[in-house]
Amino acid sequence: MESFDYLFFIEVLTGGLLSGVMYSLVAIGFVLIYKTSGVLNFAQGALLLFAALTFVSLVERGMPFYLALVLTFAIMVLLGIGIERAVLRPLVNKPPITLFMATLGLSYVVEGTAQLLWGTQVHALELGIEDVPFEFYGVFISQFDLFASAVAALMVIGLTLFFRYTRIGLTFRAVADDQFAALAVGLRLPRIWATVWATSGLVALVAGLLWGARSGVQFSLSLVVLKALPVLVLGGFDSIAGAIIGGLLIGASEKLAEVYIGEYFGGGIEGWFAYAIALVFLLIRPSGLFGQKLVERV
Amino acid sequence: MAAITSQPVVSVKFPGWIAPLVILVFAFGIVPFIGSSYLIEALLLPFLALSLAGVGLNLLTGYAGQVSLGSAAFMAVGAFAAFNFNLRVEGLPLLVSIALAGGIAAAVGIVFGLPSLRLRGFYLAVSTLAAQFFVQWALTKFGWFSNDNPSGVIDAPKLTIAGIDFDSSTGRYYFALIVVTALTLFAWRVASSQTGRNFIAIRDNETAARIIGVPVLRTKLLAFALSSFIIGVAGALWAFAYLRTVEPAGFNLDRSFQILFIVIIGGLATIRGAFLGAALMVVFPVVLSRLGSFLLGDLFDSGVLDMSQRIVIGALIIAFLILEPDGLAALGRRLTGRFKRSMPEPVG
Repeated sequence: MESFDYLFFIEVLTGGLLSGVMYSLVAIGFVLIYKTSGVLNFAQGALLLFAALTFVSLVERGMPFYLALVLTFAIMVLLGIGIERAVLRPLVNKPPITLFMATLGLSYVVEGTAQLLWGTQVHALELGIEDVPFEFYGVFISQFDLFASAVAALMVIGLTLFFRYTRIGLTFRAVADDQFAALAVGLRLPRIWATVWATSGLVALVAGLLWGARSGVQFSLSLVVLKALPVLVLGGFDSIAGAIIGGLLIGASEKLAEVYIGEYFGGGIEGWFAYAIALVFLLIRPSGLFGQKLVERV
Repeated sequence: MAAITSQPVVSVKFPGWIAPLVILVFAFGIVPFIGSSYLIEALLLPFLALSLAGVGLNLLTGYAGQVSLGSAAFMAVGAFAAFNFNLRVEGLPLLVSIALAGGIAAAVGIVFGLPSLRLRGFYLAVSTLAAQFFVQWALTKFGWFSNDNPSGVIDAPKLTIAGIDFDSSTGRYYFALIVVTALTLFAWRVASSQTGRNFIAIRDNETAARIIGVPVLRTKLLAFALSSFIIGVAGALWAFAYLRTVEPAGFNLDRSFQILFIVIIGGLATIRGAFLGAALMVVFPVVLSRLGSFLLGDLFDSGVLDMSQRIVIGALIIAFLILEPDGLAALGRRLTGRFKRSMPEPVG
């Protein structure tokens, strides 16, 4: 390599960071549920698909944008409450891995239902943001990605404020800290869990709309969970900050690797490269960047 | 995974080996003569391959408590390794290529099992996904694995053992049945040996296992190796005996989940659970499609079938986890248990 093209490097890096934000967006939905109920919700991707598909189908049937948004949100809240009732409540006190497998089954149910209701064809989703790159000191940046990061940032700020300054947020934190103590002081766990699931339905809706606008609303949307999992592993399952920093790290290194070392592998390495980073990192720090350290007791 | 009970059940009146023996006699002596080629090719062959994969995963997940979401990757390794051994080594008997392929799958399993030495639970489950994506990518990307077939497809060789032709549908059935029987016996021996008890000790409480002297690291890697060996051979059967032509995309994440579902529905930490679960997984889509077209007629096209299949399978998983966490095996045990209530509960 005679001369290293810094401008190009920065462009790739920015692109990677911005797509990392998209991963974080999905990962935050996982963290919300994991923090408060200890469930790794594999169905988050399916929920995302469900939200985006419902919204698009409503709009295509002539419903105004904002009405469709509100209605989809209402549906997601109901769905979240329903899931808590039907799936999680009967499984209270089961080992975490059992709950994980239940959400695996749940993702099948939700994906199937979404596509049975709305069909399997690809829908285009128009959010009214043009996807034209603009130049910034010689670096091209995608306008859409920038918008997505702004939304993600707003959501994170909103969630942080919500967790810190509202009464419900306080109960969330109490439950996350110690379920048993929360129960003992009279918090109603089922109701709190239902609220958490509804909140993660909202996150799924936002992430679903952004991802859907980017790559079309179709079945493969539910596969973004597979992108979010290494982010979670890297950042720790129970840290929102971890989800964001993990997303940025994964997004950036994935893009850089694809551009600079991908050719030595024949390309197409983004499918597993994120997992490789996460694994190498975990071998050094087994609980992720910000995850709580597990204390072993016999 | 503390809720899992271990078996096998030992009955007093009938020795434990009677029921399997009856089934084996039936499977070897009667099924090939009364079964149509549809029954054998569309139901029994996938059933055998998936059962074996389930048995393999059960050693790892059911007994040793390490959840893996990458089973299909090891099936793919087995299938493609067997294909290459058979293609590239002159005069190697087919069974030897398959056994060697199992060995390769075991080696790959050990590599991807290494994270288990430091990771637990979810972190481990997620890291096994790395195997899934990496293997599928490597098999598609490097033409050498599929002998430079442009789409990565491999064709099964002629199935012959010691000069006897096993290429007919009955022949392939026997071929698969022999392999499955041998490996199931092996898995059963492992599960009831000291090694199997070490697996269970690690699953139930790793720290305690370490204290009583179980070599935790070695045992975990052994679990990954044995399980991947069996799953790899199952993959070779899937490719050679059932489908005859496979591509890497056939061993995708959905297949991995399917095998995990077989183990959950059948019953964790039971050998027969894998067979019960696989039977359900194979028969159920057929029943659903018949039932659907009978009830709904033309409305029930393949898209609807596909989706309703997903919904029902997902719902079944949830229902089993809630109502019968020990799976079909426990359900069966409870049904037969009604007739021998006087006996004490079996202890594993």
